[in-house]
Amino acid sequence: MRLLTHNMLSCNIKGVTNGFPLRLEAEKWVEKEVELNADFLRHIFPKIEWKALAGAARAVDYCELPEEADAAMLDSEDFLRRFHHALLEIHVEEGALVCPETGRGFPITKGIPNMLLHEDEV
Amino acid sequence: MPRPEVQAPPEIFYNETEARKYTTSSRIIEIQAKISERALELLALPNDGLPRLLLDIGCGSGLSGETLSENGHHWIGYDISESMLNVALEREAEGDLLLADMGQGLGLRPGVVDGAISISAVQWLCYADKSSHEPRMRLKAFFGSLYRCLARGARAVLQLYAENMDQSEMIMMYAMRAGFAGGIVVDWPHSSKARKAYLVLTCGPPSIQSYLPKGKGEDGAMCSEDEESDDDGNQTVGIYDRTRPKKKAKINKNGKGKEWVFKKKEQMRKKGYSVPPDTKYTARKRKAHF
Repeated sequence: MRLLTHNMLSCNIKGVTNGFPLRLEAEKWVEKEVELNADFLRHIFPKIEWKALAGAARAVDYCELPEEADAAMLDSEDFLRRFHHALLEIHVEEGALVCPETGRGFPITKGIPNMLLHEDEV
Repeated sequence: MPRPEVQAPPEIFYNETEARKYTTSSRIIEIQAKISERALELLALPNDGLPRLLLDIGCGSGLSGETLSENGHHWIGYDISESMLNVALEREAEGDLLLADMGQGLGLRPGVVDGAISISAVQWLCYADKSSHEPRMRLKAFFGSLYRCLARGARAVLQLYAENMDQSEMIMMYAMRAGFAGGIVVDWPHSSKARKAYLVLTCGPPSIQSYLPKGKGEDGAMCSEDEESDDDGNQTVGIYDRTRPKKKAKINKNGKGKEWVFKKKEQMRKKGYSVPPDTKYTARKRKAHF
């Protein structure tokens, strides 16, 4: 699972109003190089919750993202490279996603988060 | 062979052996690729070469996702079958995979996705595989969450094999209730095997964007020989087993009993029917008068 997906996922349990962002507890992750596409980054940037991305990047020991970001920073080559790396090149393989409200954990195995809910959570 | 939907729930039906077919059978691979290409075409993304973030609902072994990757898009795939996702890992699917049940809602932030495709998956929602499953509620949860996560003006193309008219009407009704505009595009309507129905939905109010494209072969043209022999490979087309195999009812000599009646009434209540209240008279045994 890339951090791009983590940034889109929120907790789906019935009654949870504030299920975003899911806390990332990463145990194992890998980095795979992907070609940088600046257009895509500019396109996706407004949809990214920056705080959640920076937080998730710290969970996988990548601390080179600034705390705050705005659209003007997209002109900087250096910023784009870091943004790209955090968003698309880090794959979390093992770990868990934890709902911020209920503390329910969704395990990640082989890079696939298990988001199945129990019957009483639907 | 009856339809897969009537045999077992998806997480059971798509087991190791069934999943294996999706790597070994070149025919299945080819058909899946063809359907997903058509779905992507119906998605009508602006032709500017910009990669988008798409959803693949019921991605299975990632065959449909491969088409998306080939076109440069990023995608998030949902599937309920672990075996199928393992195959997707083997095939090195480029999108992110989630083990999730679409009937429980997608759990995405609002307005973040640029489009969604789904190949032969949504009809599974019409079957109640557990006592807690309620097809109407599951359809509502699915379309509601899909509508929320799509960006304004984005489209969703859902290829599906409805068992009968009632099913496709029910699916359509819940899509409309969620706020979608759109309709069904049928490719090769005159062929029993090559016939494919696509639910093309647009998020947001009706506009020029929400016009429906024409299905292939609607003017009576027949598809070519090799396409004619197609079917989905999991043999869901052209087989008419209209009823689910009946469960054997457990009846003892005292009849089905009070609990059974209460359970049935509760089920009907959940479905939204008006049901008389439970009283001491409910399911009471009649006296033998003679």
